[in-house]
Amino acid sequence: MLESHLDKSLEQRIRARRTMARVLPPLVLVLTLLVIWQLGVRVGNVDKWLLPAPSDIASAGWDARSLLWPHVLQTATETLLGFALALAVGFGLGMLIDASPLINNALYPLLVASQTVPTVAIAPLLVIWLGYGLLPKVLVVALVCFFPIVVSTADGLRATDGELVNLLSTMGASRQAILFKVRLPDALPSLFSGVRIAVTYSVVGAILGEWVGASAGLGIFMLRATNSFRTDWVFVSILITALLSLALFASVSLLERRLLGWYYRAAHQEKWEEVDTKGKTS
Amino acid sequence: MIEVSHISKSFRVDGMTIVQAIHDVSLTVDQGAFITLIGPSGCGKSTLLNLICGLMEPDTGTIVLEGDPSAKRLGRVGYMLQRDLLLPWRTLLGNLLLGPEVSGQPLERARAQARELLPLFGLDGFEDAYPSALSVGMRQRAALLRTVLCQQELILLDEPFGALDALTRRTMRSWLLEVWSRLNHTIIFVTHDIDEAIYLADEVHVMSPRPGTIVQTTRIELPRPRREEMVNDRLFGEYRTTLLQALGV
Repeated sequence: MLESHLDKSLEQRIRARRTMARVLPPLVLVLTLLVIWQLGVRVGNVDKWLLPAPSDIASAGWDARSLLWPHVLQTATETLLGFALALAVGFGLGMLIDASPLINNALYPLLVASQTVPTVAIAPLLVIWLGYGLLPKVLVVALVCFFPIVVSTADGLRATDGELVNLLSTMGASRQAILFKVRLPDALPSLFSGVRIAVTYSVVGAILGEWVGASAGLGIFMLRATNSFRTDWVFVSILITALLSLALFASVSLLERRLLGWYYRAAHQEKWEEVDTKGKTS
Repeated sequence: MIEVSHISKSFRVDGMTIVQAIHDVSLTVDQGAFITLIGPSGCGKSTLLNLICGLMEPDTGTIVLEGDPSAKRLGRVGYMLQRDLLLPWRTLLGNLLLGPEVSGQPLERARAQARELLPLFGLDGFEDAYPSALSVGMRQRAALLRTVLCQQELILLDEPFGALDALTRRTMRSWLLEVWSRLNHTIIFVTHDIDEAIYLADEVHVMSPRPGTIVQTTRIELPRPRREEMVNDRLFGEYRTTLLQALGV
């Protein structure tokens, strides 16, 4: 086979163009919307308590940074603890469900039922039972997050290739060895998709827990801002909530890329394109 | 090496119907022999292999491995399937060491042996590559090397070249014979391909459609080492005719 490479500068230009083609459209769209928003508020002379301009929100956020920080920290702590709990419990339950059909039959309907009860109804109960401390919020986060983790763990383990298990058996492997050497690594991609779903719910879970009763946290900050018509602060807390969720999602994705390099390599397909030597490429 | 006498095996399908997969199969394989099993799809060849390696027990009849009728067979017979079943998260070397890891062999020795055998298996220089980077033929050779490194004398090969294209298959069968002549395993090889069955074997066993049973055994008297040109020999043609008749096609 005859292989040749494009010269370096051309290759770099093609790469740069591709990155731009991916990053530019969403960036332009968001900026345009922000400009329209800003202009609309200014030209229409909209009251600040009704709809603050993006610039107002930014400056309000900056001014309130020292006030905001403890709230952000509180929510982040609740989120991380709750998520960790969900991960441990969800993974454990997934393994249990896989380990025995009896447990599966007993537990599965219960788990599904637990998801049909609205969290907003459970959160006040948790406050009644456990008070206004950290624990009820952590539990709300865990309740919101654990289900996708259970399901993805159990499904991932169930999907194990039967022939692979047989192969290991013929090598004389124990059930435990088969679990750790083959089934768990094989289930990781599935587990991670559950974790990604769970982590996007987690921050919202913490906010929900705070609404029901708390003394600190973004949820409380949000409520207070609403009650005092500080609409700019409401927007600030929405923005921070979104950024927190994004940061968590990005960390999970990064970890997944790290751990599951083999998975993406195996799924990678060589892409064959027509060559345009002038470097124009779609 | 292994003595299979009068075994039968049935399965329950969808809970209701009982299907007999194999019926009254007897088979003796001497140490160091290369035998092939040929038969139509669904004739129970894979069931027979699953029984021999100990994944299943026969309903009736006995399987005696190395003269010991009570012996546990799981972990004592090498088994390789049509799919390479390499673990995508392990490098080639990691995959090769799976058997030794599981059976608790000293890993240093296994690693040294794996490296020593890489050239014979055409995998020299690829020990750190992931399976996704290997060609289909290489993956199949890697799967065989993994089986070899399990250190069992008896190796079962269930259509190991079934997924390969015709050209690769031809080179693979000569290569397999070379490996066998150097490493002295006892091999039971399942195939759909008549020429492959004759070319490789000391003895070809023909199985009937379900319930599978051995309807004919042919000793192949072609001299070793076998060469590709032998497929044109008169004797080879006679074996082919005999087998086609036995298969009823």
